Amino acid sequence: MDDKFVELFQDFRAKEEELIPLLQHVQNVEGFISETAMKRIASFLNIPESKVFSVATFYAQFRFAPIGKKHIMLCRGTACHVKNAPKILDEIENQINIKAGETREDLEYSLETVACIGACSLAPCIVINDEVKANLTTKAVKKIFRDDRKKNG
Amino acid sequence: MERVNIVIDNIPVSANKGQTVIDAARDNDIYIPNLCHHEDLKPAGMCRLCVVEISGRGITTSCTTTVEEGMNVVTDSTGISEIRRTTTELISANHTRTCFTCSKNNHCELQRVTSFVGLDPDVDSMMRHRIEQLPVDDSNPFFTLDMNKCVLCGICVRTCDELQGINAIDYVNRGPHTIISTFNNQPLFDSACKSCGECVARCPVGALTFKEFQNPSREARTICPYCGVGCSIYLGSRGNSVVSVRGDREGPANRGSLCVKGRFGYEFVNDTQRLKVPLIRKNGVLVEAGWDEALDLIAEKFSGYRKERFACFASAKCTNEENYVIQKFTRAVMGTNNIDHCARLCHAPSVSGLAQSFGSGAMTNSIDEISNTRTIFAIGTNTTYAHPVLALQIKKAVRNGGTLIVANPKRIDLCSHAQLFLQHRPGTDVVLMMGMMRVIMDEGLEDPEFIAERTENFDLFIESLREFDLDFVEKTTGVPKEKLQQAARLYAREKPSSILYAMGITQHSHGTDNVLAVSNLALLTGNIGKLSTGVNPLRGQNNVQGACDMGALPNVYPGYQKVDDERVRGKFLHAWGADLSDRPGLTHTEIVGAIDRGEIKALYQMGENPVLSEADSGKIMKALPKLDFFVVQDIFMTKTAEYADVILPAASFAEKEGTFTNTERRVQKVRPAIAPVGESRADWQITCEIARRMGAGGFDYTSPSQIMDEINRLTPVYGGITYERVENGGLQWPCPDTGHPGTGFLHGEKFQTLSGKGRFMPLRYIPSAESPCSDYPLILTTDRSLYHYHTSTMTGRVRGLRMLDPGELLLVNPADADIFGIEDKETVMITTRRGSLDVKIKITDICPPGIVSMTFHFEDTHTNLLTSSALDPGAKIPETKVAAARIDRVRA
Repeated sequence: MDDKFVELFQDFRAKEEELIPLLQHVQNVEGFISETAMKRIASFLNIPESKVFSVATFYAQFRFAPIGKKHIMLCRGTACHVKNAPKILDEIENQINIKAGETREDLEYSLETVACIGACSLAPCIVINDEVKANLTTKAVKKIFRDDRKKNG
Repeated sequence: MERVNIVIDNIPVSANKGQTVIDAARDNDIYIPNLCHHEDLKPAGMCRLCVVEISGRGITTSCTTTVEEGMNVVTDSTGISEIRRTTTELISANHTRTCFTCSKNNHCELQRVTSFVGLDPDVDSMMRHRIEQLPVDDSNPFFTLDMNKCVLCGICVRTCDELQGINAIDYVNRGPHTIISTFNNQPLFDSACKSCGECVARCPVGALTFKEFQNPSREARTICPYCGVGCSIYLGSRGNSVVSVRGDREGPANRGSLCVKGRFGYEFVNDTQRLKVPLIRKNGVLVEAGWDEALDLIAEKFSGYRKERFACFASAKCTNEENYVIQKFTRAVMGTNNIDHCARLCHAPSVSGLAQSFGSGAMTNSIDEISNTRTIFAIGTNTTYAHPVLALQIKKAVRNGGTLIVANPKRIDLCSHAQLFLQHRPGTDVVLMMGMMRVIMDEGLEDPEFIAERTENFDLFIESLREFDLDFVEKTTGVPKEKLQQAARLYAREKPSSILYAMGITQHSHGTDNVLAVSNLALLTGNIGKLSTGVNPLRGQNNVQGACDMGALPNVYPGYQKVDDERVRGKFLHAWGADLSDRPGLTHTEIVGAIDRGEIKALYQMGENPVLSEADSGKIMKALPKLDFFVVQDIFMTKTAEYADVILPAASFAEKEGTFTNTERRVQKVRPAIAPVGESRADWQITCEIARRMGAGGFDYTSPSQIMDEINRLTPVYGGITYERVENGGLQWPCPDTGHPGTGFLHGEKFQTLSGKGRFMPLRYIPSAESPCSDYPLILTTDRSLYHYHTSTMTGRVRGLRMLDPGELLLVNPADADIFGIEDKETVMITTRRGSLDVKIKITDICPPGIVSMTFHFEDTHTNLLTSSALDPGAKIPETKVAAARIDRVRA
């Protein structure tokens, strides 16, 4: 089968212990882990499909649905929480019209909450793709998405 | 077994060396609470309920601790109780408490644990404050997965992994959200699950439960009526209905395991369509009649068709006693050897081929030896579908570090357990194996000592090996040389090696040659006459071995004693007090021909359905109407019975006593669970009635055990197989006298041939009768479904099996689908030189390009209208595995 998975798997040696690195690699490239990807990983490593699914669902880092072009991670760690993270979350949900854990139908945005991103001194904060937005207020959130809408016309 | 002495709760007890503490306690009738432990599985140590205190080690899990000499174990103390109580509170906190309506009520391990540990009501109600309801998976027709009752012990997951090797389920998600689920949370019905129910049988709580479950009011220990593995079962009944099946852990062939057909396929016994009264054709219509009328008519009619105008089809589904009686009737009363049965269509080449090379045509070794085999060569057997419980032994061998080599034209499920897969073209088995032998000889991997001492005819064989140089082999079989060499080296070097085979070897016009190639391979490497080796034909029907043993064959009396041997004939003549023909009778396929030519005018058929099962069945459909008188004995109306003049209702396996002989030559006891349905009678009773009404003596048996007494006297290999001795676990023939323990593997000291040596047979390549051509560019081969059995007279009446496999699908490779421009699930017309039929297709790479495949289970897609009746010259088996075929689109 000369398809994208051959290329995706080319740096791996089909050893069972490569399961997690493979899942990570697929997610990095594809943005999420599809049913097909899990089946192909299972057959590549010669392990049961149920095992791949079991391992993948064990880790919070793996996603099974596509994410938006802009993936927003909102920190709900202790520091962010006391500095109003729930309000920030409400505002973001309001701005982009989806709930935490969802992806917008037009695939522009996806939103998830995480326990801590390790930037407590910048609380409250979010990460959009790889960019950290720090010391947020609801006003700042409004601005971020207003600017976004402008950019997209 | 080495024993060690330990102390449990100050009581000195003895245990098996290597045993875990929890198992040692159980063997000494001491209960240690647990949920995740199962004796068939590796210790998991997960539920933490089985903690005990061991001197010098403190508190530890007894399921993961092995006994040691002098070990001092305390199973209960305040500290232990506290741990167990907290654990139990956590485990039971979210558990659905509907015990009264749960089918596991009174059989529930969680009930046992909670009642043993004791729960505090206040703590319990505090813990139960928030219970999330999880959806119930009801998709499987036979069982339900309810996560609300799951304790996450993982016994199901480990059963599916460690024992079944299917891995349909696993843990999914994490922490409090953990569930047992399938890949991508599919419903069980759509998942990899094969519905064997082994997980359900082991689930300690009500999470996995059988649907339509009823506790039986009584159970009979008997033998499964499906394949030749011979699983021992407890058949449960209430009133006059069969309501349950469970595996018998003492059963030597299955050790408690069952497959989907064996566990769930019993509904047919209770089916309303069972034949309940005799039917006689009057003015062209079948009408109900009394037994006397029917039997008198048969006796009168049969009296007019003695000798060569009569033939009989016996049955591999019926007991040994019934087959013995019907062949005795055919020979002693009707005066002909025209008796055969469906073994002709499956393993006739094994019987004739192995008789030539080893002197005895049966599986040489035993089922429980397979798991200790180092190299298994499985050729032409779709074991996980056709013999699922025996396949467990293959999987076990692989887990034990053995190597599995699968040779099959199709990428069957078994391949996923194999280290090496040789995908040879249909009909090239001789070339493949001769190629392997060529490698073995070229590389000096043969067993010269064995060849010199135990075999003959080696030189002629070596001469014939010359033709098979590896280039020719690769070109003919399509198997790359390197793979062939790898397979040959593994089989010859990594001993003990065992060959398993089935219809892929036998159902060819050169089926006997295929079998001889198998036996040559075993002889060449000395892989025979020893534990975990051998040549092992896997027999298809529950009693096909027995029906052959009992002489339901045209050329032999019971025990393969030849009808044309004067001394043998004299013995039976004397015993039966009747004149006996010394002329071997006609085989199954020849009988059909003789009916068509008007030579045979009366046919007596017990429990067969040749209209669906006979290759090129257009022929038998044309022949049957030419009979003057046709009697069918069966449990259901069948396509064949539609041609009958008299139909007699027979009792099913669940309603009679007798013995079945499984594929490993083990004679096992069949016991009734319910009384015969309606007015049906056991087949032996019916045949005896007919014989008596024809004035014949020697048919006055009052019980099957009396028939067995007669078999013991006249059949040397069954000499010591009495009812008393087969009561528990059965006996494997040869067993010449009542002091003999039976025979686990054959040919240990010497072969059964005249010279006592294994005979090499020179072989050459004979192609299949049909090969692809421009009109018929494909090869149609035949196979089995896991969910159906033969012509599905039984499985077709089990609702759940019909749901799991509702009908025929022609398997087509994606490349062929492209060529013919057909899509998945499209209905196409498949045509061979004998006929055509419409069938839905399934696009799959199970079949390689150029090969399409069908089963023969279904009436509405009558596969055997298409198959080839090219016969093996010796064994007379038709070539059901290879027919040239064409696919056409059906215009809407």
